[in-house]
Amino acid sequence: MAKDLAHLSDEALVALVVRSDHVALAELYDRYGRLAYNLAYRILRDQALAEDAVQEAFLAVWRSAQRFLPERSKASTWILTLVHRRAVDLVRREERRRADTLDESYEAADRSTEETAWLRLERERVQAALRRLPDQQREALELAYYGGFTQSELAERLGQPLGTIKSRMFAGLARLRELLQEAAVEEHPWSPRQSTS
Amino acid sequence: MEPEAIHELTAAYALNALDPGEEEAYEEHLRRCDHCRAELAELQDAAAALAFAAEGPAPPPALRERILERAAAERPNVVPLTSRRRWVAPAFGAVAAVAAGVAIGIGVWASSLHGSLDTQKRLAESQAQVIALFSGRVQQVPVEGADGTLVVDRKGAGALVLSGLAPAPAGKTYEAWVIVGGEARPAGTFEGGGDTSVHRLTRPVPPGAVVALTVEPDGGVEQPTTTPFASTPAI
Repeated sequence: MAKDLAHLSDEALVALVVRSDHVALAELYDRYGRLAYNLAYRILRDQALAEDAVQEAFLAVWRSAQRFLPERSKASTWILTLVHRRAVDLVRREERRRADTLDESYEAADRSTEETAWLRLERERVQAALRRLPDQQREALELAYYGGFTQSELAERLGQPLGTIKSRMFAGLARLRELLQEAAVEEHPWSPRQSTS
Repeated sequence: MEPEAIHELTAAYALNALDPGEEEAYEEHLRRCDHCRAELAELQDAAAALAFAAEGPAPPPALRERILERAAAERPNVVPLTSRRRWVAPAFGAVAAVAAGVAIGIGVWASSLHGSLDTQKRLAESQAQVIALFSGRVQQVPVEGADGTLVVDRKGAGALVLSGLAPAPAGKTYEAWVIVGGEARPAGTFEGGGDTSVHRLTRPVPPGAVVALTVEPDGGVEQPTTTPFASTPAI
């Protein structure tokens, strides 16, 4: 039954979730659940906490889908932002040791389990773009995004003025966006993606 | 904080890296600042891309079940999903028209993280628009001769979703017709153009009707003057 929805856009699925369509929620989880969990686990480094973050985020999707405006943003951005926010809140509240860099190794139980081609491709694309950022911008983005540090904490940690940190964050995100759009121009027409989980 | 400085918080907000206490002020500012809202949307897309860069383990299968159970407990499925298939007459090509609960499938509409953002966004918005237009079960029927779908609900309200329709020639317009028992009645005019467009029909589509499209003089006409270039099978 869930396969009937496989070719709907993410935004269409969110519209269906507004109408309490469980299958649509399941399809959204199948698309973004693994990614959400990866992200939460990267930030929290704890399975139970990562599960909590993902669960809260998808329940937030379920409860607040009517507030999502497709003309304002993408559904995937909305969902991943919800996950990120919860994970960051938890890592701060639980005072977990923060992630330092993206390359930091972690105790992965089964990294390779059935990762889809789509997910792997997107990851490689983003990693390639990140490598092209100036070091200081990349560092600011990684520490903020994966470490859950606030801008003031970053300023202190890196021994930089707050204004400098703000500039690096802005320039880093803006440049990342440019690089990803450049990559998009070269890509082939889209084909239906498979579930990520 | 000085008013000018609040715009500089957008990137940190996109990264969920604002200092405690700043979030509220920034969100309040967002309500009134179109520029920041637009900028935030772009920066949030970039930040969300960072989610893809980290590798990680697969979540336990139980997580999926827990989420779906909790969601169901909070709000049971309001519209039951059923699957009712109707088969199209061979003359129109053997494409099945599937009435599938509230699901609407229109070609390949999956949105890409890095695809042409504007096009994908418009496609996705159109699809969401169509779903929002209807309540309850809908039927979808392919439009033969144009890239698109007719969506009809149980009361006969219909909308055409058309993709990549060239703009109507100068002095002309596209016109939709609801044809019942051989009689065609006007159901709305539109210009075409754009990637994907959604057009509500101005008259209901009863069972057994066919919806067709013709090119007519600007302003539309009462009866088709040309042979339809596209039409649906009987509803």
